[in-house]
Amino acid sequence: MNNSLWAEILVLGVVLTNFRLLASSRLFGLIDTMQIQAIALCAIPIALAPSASALSFRLVMLALITLAVKGWILPRLLKHAVQKTNIQREIEPFVGYDFSIMVGIILLGVCFLISYRFGTDANLSSHFLLPSALFSLLIGLMIIISRRKALTQVIGYLTMENGVYLFGAALAIKEPLLVEMGVLLDVFVAVFIMGITIYQINSEFDHIDTDRLSELKD
Amino acid sequence: MNPLFHILSWFSALILSPLLVGVINRTKAFYGGRKGQPLLQAYYDLFKLLHKGAVYSQTTSWIFRAAPIISLSVALTALLLIPVMGYRSVLSFRGDIIFLAYILGLMRFVIVLAALDTGSAFEGMGASREMQLSLLAEPIFLTCLAVLAAGTGQLDLSGMIKSLWSTSTSQTNAAVLLITGALIIVLLTENARIPVDDPTTHLELTMIHEVMILDYGGIDLAFIEYASALKLWTFSALLIGIAFPFRAGSPHIDLIIGIGGIFLIAVMIGIIESTMARLRLLRLPQMMIAAAALSLTAFIWVIK
Repeated sequence: MNNSLWAEILVLGVVLTNFRLLASSRLFGLIDTMQIQAIALCAIPIALAPSASALSFRLVMLALITLAVKGWILPRLLKHAVQKTNIQREIEPFVGYDFSIMVGIILLGVCFLISYRFGTDANLSSHFLLPSALFSLLIGLMIIISRRKALTQVIGYLTMENGVYLFGAALAIKEPLLVEMGVLLDVFVAVFIMGITIYQINSEFDHIDTDRLSELKD
Repeated sequence: MNPLFHILSWFSALILSPLLVGVINRTKAFYGGRKGQPLLQAYYDLFKLLHKGAVYSQTTSWIFRAAPIISLSVALTALLLIPVMGYRSVLSFRGDIIFLAYILGLMRFVIVLAALDTGSAFEGMGASREMQLSLLAEPIFLTCLAVLAAGTGQLDLSGMIKSLWSTSTSQTNAAVLLITGALIIVLLTENARIPVDDPTTHLELTMIHEVMILDYGGIDLAFIEYASALKLWTFSALLIGIAFPFRAGSPHIDLIIGIGGIFLIAVMIGIIESTMARLRLLRLPQMMIAAAALSLTAFIWVIK
């Protein structure tokens, strides 16, 4: 097993976890899948390094901090929110689960087609990172627009962010650490606030269905 | 490749395939804390059935009588197509993947026709379910084979499996991992194993494969049982050839490794059967869509 095979397996892992996110209705399952995706994401920059000596301190620190934030703190926050609001499942999404997967397959094909247009001279470490990053972005967007519960939409937001991170990982040799850290901090704060907001919405209205929030009320 | 190797591999399949059923049953018994039936029970059953005469319903036609013979001969032909661990199979030509997929389809087709031929509403229901599942499983199987063809640039099964893992790129190898997952689901579906169909049940609500062969007895039943054991062997041999990355280099040692791998797959099926419940009929398309997602992702991956 050489290094590039590991990198491919990890990128494939991200693609498959995206499909799992589309297919699952249980919120705990979704959060666990997010966690697996985050762990795969963190390992990608390390697996992409051509040799052990090419691993810089910056790269390893970036992976470790991402692992801590996305693989541990954010899932903990989300699980806390799930327990507080006492909602276990996403029932009746706008788009059904089977149909979501079919759309996902089409989206994957579209992402690969789009990445052809970027050409191979984009100085990418692996040719699969670009379509997979695009795919994560689109799946995140799809989850946000096709699901009802605010918590699932937060998970969609995180998936989109993972796509952005994957873009970063493709160019990690050039990208400054500061930008990555800034993005990570933004996400952390955003999810933190969303968690609190979801709890507030739930205690105010007894549900977290975002489509019902638009109804007027005295 | 020397003829001795072909004879050995073909006859080991003929002799050992009913043992697969025994291994699956013993694994399930082990998980259930039981002693289980003898390992050779499938042989005893076949032997018993071969010594009995057949009884035919008056409403049936020649289709009903021809189906067991056709299904057994098709199973024997399919076996000739499968290369053992990447060594050239007896029947190997460009495009034999399509031939393989469709003779397996023919096997299902004759059994379904025979089930309809009995005129029993019960068997018609089983036939309809079988066709519904194969409608979903067959495209997945063909997509998996297409991934192999696109990934290795070969059009015959022997050439594909030979160049896998040795000369193929990491791109292809990653895709092969995906189609291994999809092929396991296809194997369970095609061979009527547990998440899809329960081979031990005789409850009308749950049967799929068993219900179609209810009217058979004696020699005909023995033919059908033996054909399905051979079909299980065919799929397992294909799966182990694709998924197992190491080759010893010597044909006969590889043959032993391959047969060991096939029995490992039988143990795996036993474990799946004892740890999973049978899925509801309505949930089955969901599982097939997951397998389709796996195989199509692999396809997109490999044609990039």
